[in-house]
Amino acid sequence: MINVFNQHVRHMLALKAMREGQVAPQEERIACPGCGAQIERKALLKNLYVCPACGHHFPIGAYLRLSLILDSGSFREMDAELASSDPLKFPGYAEKLEGVQEKTGLNEAVVTASGRIDGRKVAVGVLDSRFLMGSMSAVVGEKVTRLIEYSAKNRLPLILFAASGGARMQEGILSLMQMAKTSAALAKLDQKGVLYIAVLTDPTTGGVTASFASLGDVTLAEPGALIGFAGPRVIEQTIGQKLPEGFQRSEYLLEHGFVDQIVPRREMRAVLSQLLKLHA
Amino acid sequence: MSNFSAAERVAIARHEGRPGTADYIGALFTDFFEQRGDRQCREDASVLGGIALYHGKPVTVIGTRKGRNLEENIKFNFGMPGPEGYRKALRLMKQAEKFGRPVVTLIDTPGAYPGLEAEARGQGEAIARNLMEMSRLSVPVVAVVIGEGNSGGALALAVANTVLMLENAVYSILSPEGFASILWKDAARAPEACELMKLTAQDLLGFGVIDGIIPEPEGGAHLDPAAAMDAADRAISAALADLQRAATLTSYAAMRFKKFRAMGGGTADGN
Repeated sequence: MINVFNQHVRHMLALKAMREGQVAPQEERIACPGCGAQIERKALLKNLYVCPACGHHFPIGAYLRLSLILDSGSFREMDAELASSDPLKFPGYAEKLEGVQEKTGLNEAVVTASGRIDGRKVAVGVLDSRFLMGSMSAVVGEKVTRLIEYSAKNRLPLILFAASGGARMQEGILSLMQMAKTSAALAKLDQKGVLYIAVLTDPTTGGVTASFASLGDVTLAEPGALIGFAGPRVIEQTIGQKLPEGFQRSEYLLEHGFVDQIVPRREMRAVLSQLLKLHA
Repeated sequence: MSNFSAAERVAIARHEGRPGTADYIGALFTDFFEQRGDRQCREDASVLGGIALYHGKPVTVIGTRKGRNLEENIKFNFGMPGPEGYRKALRLMKQAEKFGRPVVTLIDTPGAYPGLEAEARGQGEAIARNLMEMSRLSVPVVAVVIGEGNSGGALALAVANTVLMLENAVYSILSPEGFASILWKDAARAPEACELMKLTAQDLLGFGVIDGIIPEPEGGAHLDPAAAMDAADRAISAALADLQRAATLTSYAAMRFKKFRAMGGGTADGN
């Protein structure tokens, strides 16, 4: 696995990305949800978790994502210690958090950092769907807001990778308020004339779609990602009919005018680098 | 104040006799001129808005509205706006900014509409855009949750300097039915969800999510709509006067930003 990544990673990030590889399912062969092909685990890793047969993009962890994007040794994590304090004292939530923290090695569903892409400094945040579906807790909102403020203060381009099932139900209204908080922070960044690139990955739904994920100056999406406000099941129940093939996928959003370009994982770093160059 | 359970308040908030947006506009404002359409592709009647005089001064007033009967409900989509409704609301708010009018919003919605066309036309983008643009409006904004305010569909009209709630109104991340369905895969557990969700005005005042509670007549606003709307009128005009006083020291946008920046603060542990 390291052969693929070692040109980009070193130190902590490499270790964390490797660890993500190890916490992933240990089966030797993994069935592709896209085409059903049985893919060898090693081949999948080597192909950046993209199915070699059909190009299906598997969700990946935040550190692995960062290792594919940032220059070697440039990763500096921010606010890694922030964790939820269970603000509503919701039954069972504290235990649930503890379990997920242990399983993923993450304190919360987003990793924020500064780093470089081809030498250009950026502020970057990545949501991690392994942590309670990348849902928006007060801490996720706070970390994203701090990152936006860091980006504004230092006039650094901001890149946010969205991957979220939506609101964190156990934090109720405080989860909802993060939509306003992050969007308000982006308004300030916008006024400062700093670039914000939103990258939508599978899945981007609910409150994250209805806030920072939809407010990029440039919006990119990984192929085949589910992107929407309401989930497909809720929509089917509401309208009482089956949804068309490809509904709410990246290609559908591109067609409807909500995405600038669909970028395969292998090309993401180069496209980000090009955009940074165009805004230098 | 009445001592209802959260589930009872949800029922009162949804009572069909409860005054809605159109009632408030009729009772509290004069010379209302309705403005329709998002100027992009359609008119969404679930959002009612326009220019009016409030105590003699021009304001922009916008609200989500439910119907009183099936026919109205179909016309107003049961109070669930699509992206066009939010874009119309934003158009009106930007115009209020242009002419220096305060904005008053009235919120009573089960949430943003989860439909195929709503998604195709960017429900998420429309809500996100409202949140961002509302946060930086240069005019004062007062939002009142008059019935139920669910999800981003309510928040898209509630990034306000002052957020008020009627005593029995509810404001939450999702309907209790949706919440129970997501968390426990069982919508029938909604009453239980109501108690855990912290969706009452009293709860939200404690969290600093809202700024004030408007008292309702004993038993709920539906028992004496005129009295409820009168109380709302007093609260809205007091809020606008307070904001005007505060604005001598800072801008409305700065006050609003500060308020929302603090949301969920103190809910993180550094470990």
